[in-house]
Amino acid sequence: MPAALVNVPAKAKRGAVIEIKTLMSHVMEPGYRHTAAGEVVPRDIITSFTCRFNGAEIFRADLFPAIAANPFLSFFTTASESGRFEFEWIGDNGFVATASAAITVE
Amino acid sequence: MMRRAVLAILALLGAALPGLAGEIAESARRSGYEFMSADTKAMQDDDTANPAMLSVLDGETLWRTKAGAAGKSCSDCHGAVDVSMKGVAARYPAFNAASGAPVDLGQRVNLCRRQHQEAEPFAPESRELLALTALIARQSRGMPITAGDDPRLAPSVARGRALFMQRQGQLNLACTNCHDDNWDKHLAGSAITQAQPTGYPIYRLEWQGMGSLQRRLRGCMTGVRAQAYDFDAPDMIALELYLMSRAHGMAVEAPAVRP
Repeated sequence: MPAALVNVPAKAKRGAVIEIKTLMSHVMEPGYRHTAAGEVVPRDIITSFTCRFNGAEIFRADLFPAIAANPFLSFFTTASESGRFEFEWIGDNGFVATASAAITVE
Repeated sequence: MMRRAVLAILALLGAALPGLAGEIAESARRSGYEFMSADTKAMQDDDTANPAMLSVLDGETLWRTKAGAAGKSCSDCHGAVDVSMKGVAARYPAFNAASGAPVDLGQRVNLCRRQHQEAEPFAPESRELLALTALIARQSRGMPITAGDDPRLAPSVARGRALFMQRQGQLNLACTNCHDDNWDKHLAGSAITQAQPTGYPIYRLEWQGMGSLQRRLRGCMTGVRAQAYDFDAPDMIALELYLMSRAHGMAVEAPAVRP
């Protein structure tokens, strides 16, 4: 499993706006570069990122070749109830990585 | 009379700090961190935003992975990395009695691999070597750099200093011409920094990946159109050692982010 770093506050007050930060390890090879021998380095990028909370999708992003290696995505949501965030990265060459984090809402 | 006494004291002070005080006054020394934009500083400061921490995570796995004919992992001998490796990176490059020369952290890892794990050493700048050195360097974060304190290293520090002062390449520039004389200026859009290697191995945004101090130095040498030293060449290690002794007492930031 490729390394991922996910930062979700462990606890939040009901209704509070919380920031979620994710960092995924990936080369994000754009497919436009050439080797010294002139061959194209094939594209190898993450194409989509999804965050679900208790099974319901709350955030999605499409990624493109111009995005730097090791994509860092941060977004905000409202803490409505306790539960589990599930993160999924999907990419070229069958790349799939997942991570999850729990939050307690008081 | 008074003046002569002051001069004598200054001379004594100079003799007591051979090369360790650096060429920039101690009070004027600044880490590369202080030259960075607020965004890049924020990236380094937050362990969940610092991409070098991905390499540290990788290193944690490698630390526990058995390797080589001996079938031993790093942790089989050294135990928990946050205990055994605390402060280690702050004193590297260190003197290696067996070879009678300084070795840097990457070379030390590879010596362990060869001698104790009986495994093939990692290639310079390989993912594994950068991950393990990043993990080890992480354990010294915030601690003062003490590399070069060992008196047996004095000739190597002096050699490194001589290399730092020596003009080279088609542009005929010495390290000192930029990093001592012009560190408060810019080269094109980039800040010229003071060559204080406080955060290696680093995640460099330009590289989109991790790299060692050796890689960074080779970049500078290519920049002045000189023949870059080979990885792990004795002169390379001497230069690394001099640079670390120049940053004596500054806090380790590893693994740092640099633009």
